[in-house]
Amino acid sequence: MSDALLRVDALRIALASNRTTYNAVEEVSFEIGRGEAFGLVGESGCGKSITALALMGLLRQPLSLAGGRIVLDGEEIQDASPAEMRRLRGKRIAMIFQEPMTALNPLSPVGRQIAEMYVLHEGMGWTEAMDRAEEALRQVRVPSPERRIRDYPHQLSGGMRQRVMIAIALACSPELLVADEPTTALDVTVQAEIIDLMAELCAAKGTAILMISHDLGLVANMCRRVAVMYAGRIVEAQPAEAIFATPRHPYTRGLINSLPRLGERSRRGRQKLQEIAGTVPSIAGYPAGCRFNPRCPEATDVCLAVPPAATPLPADGLVRCHHHG
Amino acid sequence: MAEPLLALDDLAVHFKVGSALAGGVRTLKAVDGVTLDVKPGECLGLVGESGCGKSTLALAIMGLIQPTHGRIRLDGVDLSQRQRLETARTVQMVFQDPYASLNPRQTVRRTLADPLRLHGVTDRAEIDARVKDMMDRVGLRPEQADRYPHEFSGGQRQRIGIARALILKPKLVICDEPVSALDVSIRAQIINLLLELKDEMGLAYIMISHDLGVVEHVSDRVAVMYLGRIVEQGGWQEIFENPRHPYTRALIAAIPDPFHRAAVSARAKAKGEIASALNPPPGCHFNPRCPLKADRCVAEVPVLAAVAPGHRAACHFRDRTG
Repeated sequence: MSDALLRVDALRIALASNRTTYNAVEEVSFEIGRGEAFGLVGESGCGKSITALALMGLLRQPLSLAGGRIVLDGEEIQDASPAEMRRLRGKRIAMIFQEPMTALNPLSPVGRQIAEMYVLHEGMGWTEAMDRAEEALRQVRVPSPERRIRDYPHQLSGGMRQRVMIAIALACSPELLVADEPTTALDVTVQAEIIDLMAELCAAKGTAILMISHDLGLVANMCRRVAVMYAGRIVEAQPAEAIFATPRHPYTRGLINSLPRLGERSRRGRQKLQEIAGTVPSIAGYPAGCRFNPRCPEATDVCLAVPPAATPLPADGLVRCHHHG
Repeated sequence: MAEPLLALDDLAVHFKVGSALAGGVRTLKAVDGVTLDVKPGECLGLVGESGCGKSTLALAIMGLIQPTHGRIRLDGVDLSQRQRLETARTVQMVFQDPYASLNPRQTVRRTLADPLRLHGVTDRAEIDARVKDMMDRVGLRPEQADRYPHEFSGGQRQRIGIARALILKPKLVICDEPVSALDVSIRAQIINLLLELKDEMGLAYIMISHDLGVVEHVSDRVAVMYLGRIVEQGGWQEIFENPRHPYTRALIAAIPDPFHRAAVSARAKAKGEIASALNPPPGCHFNPRCPLKADRCVAEVPVLAAVAPGHRAACHFRDRTG
């Protein structure tokens, strides 16, 4: 078998409602190699964030894992006990969230929150762990780390807090970093710095990244391969350059063509933006067949009736469309 | 030369924060000496990051905040001399969050009809006709008029917000991040709609956004703000093809562009973070983050001076192009 670090196979996540159970995520499969940066792109509600929570073993009611396998380094972890997952989280898989203010403990100095990682996972004493925490803050380029380790989260700016989150996540040199919209809450110039920092540190530690974002441009810039999710399913996966050069799913094409791109007006004059018609369906109202069919310019009868199967593409890619041409 | 629709002259909005008992009163200069104008039918893009003062500037133009200093002239008349209702008929606003900016207990019809009644339209047939016409223009079906905001999707709610702003046929519309709260696949619909309405109704826009792709697409002219001051302004082409302020270059360099490595190199990226507006760095506010920083930048505030006709930059090194 392949030597993938993480293999997700036919993942299904159920959302329990009053009377019925919906599949919030289904047939989601992908692989991430050691040290590889893999991107998962989609709009709000498409299931990308709960896919990340499933990997971390953090799904809570009304969400639950309803099927599929999650294989980390050859070992199935989808049925691991809470205690086993606690040992895994932070040590081998770590996560960064969108909003660092709500992810950090407001009542604990940031140095202590970093040091906790060494104490819990590496059995270090607190004194030594605090020294390591200072070093970790220096690595994420927080100025004057010797003073900052005593600061509480509210004393830091948004960018600094996200650096602290990165320091916590990478403290134990995990094999996989799950980053869920890590820069969405930050200003654009700060965003660029944080992304560069994350990529650089992960490359140095050999940590693989699962980058989750709604921003296709950002993900394609940083990741080797990209998967696009729509309404709970992966509709296309390709290497980053290929997804822009030859997008195969009408949704991906729509996303790429609908956004005004910097420099485009200089090159071609102002063109009317290509719209994707309609709106994102809600989970209770997923259409039959291909879930993109009400918005798809190429939809035919088969799209209304039959959910498209995944057609393999080169380089471990796939497209889920009846007319992928 | 035609009278500008909106003219800001050395506008400043300062806030007092803190108290004399707890650490002393300090002044936050949210907007600090801004001179700008907007011509009829023109779209001015206003770019900057959080805390740069762009939303405060919008509120001052709407007459919702008293300026500390300077003047705002709307349609040739000083804002302080105008009647509030008359100002409301001239300038309107579209907000970022279509969930928070609509009254959840009012139907679309009421949301659109109330401004008309308030401004003296009493004939029910006329009100109905104008509500129907406006819903039509923004792409909502008139039979949806008796629904409440929660029955609409985010994109449709933003259409309601746009209809509310346009129902009084204003001359100037301030759009404050009109698409950033929307799903990515919906944004193009709203941007296209705003541009169509601008042409149909002869509107002028101030388009506030941090998304440079959107700003380049819609703007005739662009102003870049940093910590309360305009650091560069000019035609869209000059700003995007020949940016002269290092901050403008940093903004452009920060946009991931998988198609073309940007014309601006990675060296242009800004270091560190935006300083607090309560305690901005001396001289040029951008100096701690600037790759071109020299002693002069700390000692002396650069003036917003011309680099070409209609293109001005507030940088001591405005003649360097990279």
